[in-house]
Amino acid sequence: MHMADALISPIVGGTMLATSGGITAYSIKKVQNVIDEKKIPLMGVMGAFVFAAQMINFSIPGTGSSGHLGGGMLLAILLGPHAGFLTMASILLIQALFFGDGGLLAYGCNVFNLGFYTCFLAYPYIYKWFTRKGINSKKIFVASLISSVIGLQLGSLSVVIETLLSGKTELPFGTFFLLMQPIHLAIGIVEGLVTAAVVTFIWKYRPEILERTAKGKALASTTISKVIIALLVAVVIVGGFFSWFASSSPDGLEWSMEKTAGTSELETSSEIHEILANVQSRTAFLPDYDFKTNGENEEQDMKSEDKWPSVNSGTTTSGIVGGLLTIVLIGATGYIINLIKRRRRKIS
Amino acid sequence: MSTLKNSLYHLRLLDDLGKHNSFIHKVHPLIKLITTVFYLAVVISFERYDVSGLLPLIFYPMFIFLLGELPITPILKRLLIVAPLIIGIGIMNPLFDNSKVLIGNIYISRGWITFLSILIKCGLTVTASILLVATTGINRIAEALRMLKVPKIFVLQLLLTYRYFSVLIEEVSIMIRAYSLRAPGQKGIHRSVWGSFTGILIIRTFDRAQRVYQSMNLRGFRGEYINGYNSKITFKDFLYLMMWCFFFTIVRIYNIPLIIDRIFTGVIN
Amino acid sequence: MGNNKLIIKKLHFTYPGEHIAIKDISFVISEGESVGIIGANGAGKSTLLMLIMGILFPNTGEVLVDNRSINKKNLSKIRQQLGMVFQNPDDQLFMTSVYEDVAFGPRNYGLDEVEVENRVEKALAMVGISHLKDRSPFKLSGGEKRSAAIASVLSMEPEVLIMDEPTSALDPKSRRKLIQLLNRFKHTKIITSHDLDMVLDTCKRTIVIKGGRIVADGNTKEILTNDELLDNCGLEVPLSLQNCPVCGTKKEI
Repeated sequence: MHMADALISPIVGGTMLATSGGITAYSIKKVQNVIDEKKIPLMGVMGAFVFAAQMINFSIPGTGSSGHLGGGMLLAILLGPHAGFLTMASILLIQALFFGDGGLLAYGCNVFNLGFYTCFLAYPYIYKWFTRKGINSKKIFVASLISSVIGLQLGSLSVVIETLLSGKTELPFGTFFLLMQPIHLAIGIVEGLVTAAVVTFIWKYRPEILERTAKGKALASTTISKVIIALLVAVVIVGGFFSWFASSSPDGLEWSMEKTAGTSELETSSEIHEILANVQSRTAFLPDYDFKTNGENEEQDMKSEDKWPSVNSGTTTSGIVGGLLTIVLIGATGYIINLIKRRRRKIS
Repeated sequence: MSTLKNSLYHLRLLDDLGKHNSFIHKVHPLIKLITTVFYLAVVISFERYDVSGLLPLIFYPMFIFLLGELPITPILKRLLIVAPLIIGIGIMNPLFDNSKVLIGNIYISRGWITFLSILIKCGLTVTASILLVATTGINRIAEALRMLKVPKIFVLQLLLTYRYFSVLIEEVSIMIRAYSLRAPGQKGIHRSVWGSFTGILIIRTFDRAQRVYQSMNLRGFRGEYINGYNSKITFKDFLYLMMWCFFFTIVRIYNIPLIIDRIFTGVIN
Repeated sequence: MGNNKLIIKKLHFTYPGEHIAIKDISFVISEGESVGIIGANGAGKSTLLMLIMGILFPNTGEVLVDNRSINKKNLSKIRQQLGMVFQNPDDQLFMTSVYEDVAFGPRNYGLDEVEVENRVEKALAMVGISHLKDRSPFKLSGGEKRSAAIASVLSMEPEVLIMDEPTSALDPKSRRKLIQLLNRFKHTKIITSHDLDMVLDTCKRTIVIKGGRIVADGNTKEILTNDELLDNCGLEVPLSLQNCPVCGTKKEI
């Protein structure tokens, strides 16, 4: 499944964007050095193929329902890991931009979840291992099935972790995990079966397509482990940087902060209070601005701090009238813009 | 079948919209890309209990819709297609967090507030992405990516995928039609032809890629994609960016509805 | 006629593991000539074109353009002189707008953007689709696609125009327009087709291929009225030259 912008925090999104950006840069370098230019249009057209193939319904025997293809594993098998990864990345970018599937900030997460595991773990370490001594239809079947299932399990585990780190949902880890993994086991099995069927067909009728990819130098294990170590380091550094950067404003990390300390969002809130205090002191005819507390500003800050742990109710509570007014205001502005536009059109 | 048609229709619509010539369309693509990313970052940086603070951000898509002269319904329809996935996860919030919060005079489960916050964020982020392409078009987005130093190979490949999407959708729908005419009442492609149905399509795709490569090669392609000149960012573009960034920052720092609210209730009292 | 533009010398070609596709083909095309290459499916027309364009290299024999033999070194230079229009315009229009597509070739040859724009405008005007400049290829009709594909080759200002089945999948009006367009070009032209009426309308000379060999090479009208020859090669006399199906009156040539 695609991570959505609405479910991630800037830190998680930023870290994953940097990570996937790194893998993409690495893959591009590999593609430029190792693979001939013939592959470029092939990657483009295959991307379009996967896009279209994702919409084919495959009926699942004995269930009455149907499933479809994700295509990550198929791309790795047909194009090799680097070209496969890049193809997946461009499909996901088009999905994010044009179809709102995933999103620009969640793009890094999606590229990682759907591209990295299949192309750089499942393909070289599982698929290649099963097919290391030549291929036959049985080997293709086992290799495709297992690598698809594992690739998707890792991807969905990533989704769980990314969602929880972002802290937009209240789902406990265990529940979310138990919800996601079995669903993706089923999806993975269908994906694996379809992938196996397709790869077997191509191996029978156009074996040179598979041979071409298999011949492309297998990933030397040193390079891939280097890449993974470099990635981990990058994640820690980038993540750390973003967290440090963001900790001055209370985003993202508030999740863990709140869980541990029971307080968060103090800064924004008190900032608002300060401003409002200023506003109030200047405009003395506005005696109080909170439902419950009357009195001095400082006292109020103290009090609000006391009740904060329950929820940032200061913000949510009093926002209703203001929120409605904001929407009315936006609507009115829109109406006016429209009016002006119409008048202009009439004139011209 | 219907998803195929819908996707194709949606893509064509966005392609058409991207070629309009409104005020928003004329803004430099890189500026629009940066504005969109900044907007998205601001939207998702709001804490999960904050609903009111998000509301002023609705101003941005409304402004783009109006000045970009875009049709609202088809774009919002896309939102409805994407939303269920997000709602599926968000709806868990009311189940897992039912501590009560006093709002006005009513107690409300905190989970509903976070759910509402996710819903609004979903609406704003999905709309913002689609509005970006609807006012820019793929070619100018490619231009922006090139200016950001995204490697040429990636940009070219992105354009090719975009270009051949409609060709392959067409091919897939013809095959599905031919299949379903001879397999009435089936709910999808039968297991026995999973491999051949998709496999034939892949083999054709490979052959097509081969021809595309030849035709590129005959026109001097040597692995290097050369895009045209990049248009310059003008002061006007810069101003556009600055104004939005200013607006987003203000909205992020100050909870405007809250301020309005307090002033308003203050006035009443 | 001018000098010899294209010389094909004793070409032989075999696809790996398959039968011989081209056997001992030789011919000479002079500057400004328009030549139709006809033959049944699998006769070797497309292979011949690919050999001429240097997409494939012959086992023996050579292709000379302006008396220079094509090899891997001068390939890119020679391809500037030869422009090939593919059978399926979707294979040729791979960019996201007509303009980008027509500009693709000139840009690859390192022209500056002003000159590129010049070339694009000129090429689009030549095929009469200047108004479609910003369209996406998937928004074009069959005939428009074909014109755009031709423009994408014309923008490279080739001296020889090579076309593979240019009228396939065109409706009658678009086909007629294309024929008029082709007749306006002063380029040296090589056209392969099954549409013998079109060959009759556009080419003075015709080469007939069967089983990878040339079986006839000569004046189009003479060849296309040779019933026996055409029948032998899996072809038939073009409709416009057949006797009237209703009254049986002989056509005048």
